[in-house]
Amino acid sequence: MQKAYNSKYLEYVSKISPKTNEKRSLLRAFFVGGTICLIGQFIRFFLEFTFGLYGDVLSGTTSVILIFIGSLLTGLGVYDRIGKFAGGGSIVPITGFANSVVSPAMEFKTEGFIYGLAAKMFVIAGPILVFGILGSVSVGIIYYIVGLF
Amino acid sequence: MTDVLLMFLKAFLVGGGICTVAQILINYTKITSGKILVYFLLAGIFLQSIGVYQYLVDFAGAGATVPISGFGYLLAEGAIKGAENGLFGAFTGGLIAASAGVTAAIVFGYLNALIFKAKSKKN
Repeated sequence: MQKAYNSKYLEYVSKISPKTNEKRSLLRAFFVGGTICLIGQFIRFFLEFTFGLYGDVLSGTTSVILIFIGSLLTGLGVYDRIGKFAGGGSIVPITGFANSVVSPAMEFKTEGFIYGLAAKMFVIAGPILVFGILGSVSVGIIYYIVGLF
Repeated sequence: MTDVLLMFLKAFLVGGGICTVAQILINYTKITSGKILVYFLLAGIFLQSIGVYQYLVDFAGAGATVPISGFGYLLAEGAIKGAENGLFGAFTGGLIAASAGVTAAIVFGYLNALIFKAKSKKN
């Protein structure tokens, strides 16, 4: 009885919740995500030919510039508008990582500069750093052990 | 010149493709965006640990390095290179390689959050 009740409720929820046009959202994600990567490639190209950067410095500087742009656009309120349009296309690029740092930090600034702003910067970025570092150390240790033989 | 244009095209297509995969996950599985970021990061680490992601980076440039999976690639690649110099290198290599991105996110993130006020959410 309980289950039938739940399924009726779920049916009702899915009937009234707004339908996302799935094909269109895929196209938007593709277009915006691709454009952000295209901008990244353009920055890379510009740095390489204007300042002669290469290797780690080139890719590092490109990331720094993209993160700067992403956090500035978030501060200006532009990135959230792009995000509403692009979904995954604005989340996955490194600018989306910057957005996930700035957005909650701005929101919780009223709770102070230490426990509000500085702590909330890592609501989404924290797990990324935790799993990123855990993963990287695991890979490093496996390669070290394999390298011993 | 055609090489450069081709590189731009490849960056657009591969970067767009990776974001489309994320959008498919959002549409059909209801995974939240924070989890998507973690999964894509781990996918980048895994793919580089078996040496695959490097091909994508060589092929598409920023199309492969700008998505968060490229951050995972960077972490794994740094650890693998560090492991050649011993256990300490394996331990520190990842974060050394990713240090520019992490530092930029913290510095620019803090400053921008300090300067700008949160807008009231209008839908």
